[in-house]
Amino acid sequence: MLSIDRSIVDAIVAHARRDHPDEACGVVAGPVGSDTPTRHIPMENSARSMTFYEFDSMEQLRVWRAMDDRDEEPVVIYHSHTATEAYPSRTDISFAGEPGAHYLLVSTREPDTEEIRSFRIVDGVVTEEPVRIVDAAVDPHAVQSYMFGQSPATVDYECSGR
Amino acid sequence: MAIEVRIPTILRSYTGGAKVVEGAGDTLSDLLTDLDSRHAGLKGRLVTDAGALHRFVNVYVNDEDVRFLGALDAKLNDGDSVTILPAVAGGAFGFAAAAAIAGHRAAVAAR
Repeated sequence: MLSIDRSIVDAIVAHARRDHPDEACGVVAGPVGSDTPTRHIPMENSARSMTFYEFDSMEQLRVWRAMDDRDEEPVVIYHSHTATEAYPSRTDISFAGEPGAHYLLVSTREPDTEEIRSFRIVDGVVTEEPVRIVDAAVDPHAVQSYMFGQSPATVDYECSGR
Repeated sequence: MAIEVRIPTILRSYTGGAKVVEGAGDTLSDLLTDLDSRHAGLKGRLVTDAGALHRFVNVYVNDEDVRFLGALDAKLNDGDSVTILPAVAGGAFGFAAAAAIAGHRAAVAAR
């Protein structure tokens, strides 16, 4: 399960919308071992493509070093699909190189709503996981579902059958 | 000649969990061969069967991406620091095109 603050999800969605129709990508760092994403780092898509994304290698080195200095790790690695569903492509699976990370996908193919899903990708095996969006501003213990632009309801979002 | 090498999480199974190891070599290729003598299998994760640096990793010497320094032929000096990171890439791009970029090895790995 990925638990992530609503303000971070909002920032990721805003990034994906801003770069649409190109794919957007980035990282959310968090303290090592915490499994808690706390610091959103939008990255440049050096491929500047509607169907491919790639971190700029030099930007990645700077960001990974900064995480190391802060005792952080990449808790979430996200990117957008701009014309297809938020499910890892074979390309995504081939490249997935952070076995501890949550791979968050945002689909911006619909203009008014976003599909947000999270996956573990380890040794080529994809496992979808539930996403809990935590609204810290209201109640740090409240867990709400992301209902694709509707008003949030106080229910867990559980992915079906995976 | 000692060169510090920083190993990413995904490859630490080859280094007994170590985040930093030391090696020696005049070029990146020599260094990887040296490392592979103590951490068997590591080189195979970084270099393709065709003898090129793998598409799925970024390797840096000090602050430079080795792709701009001659890749596997990049010259190394005593005291250099080598950092290996997983390349972060992907996208909705079709598999055939991705395989063309990444090489046949990627096609095998993704099955």
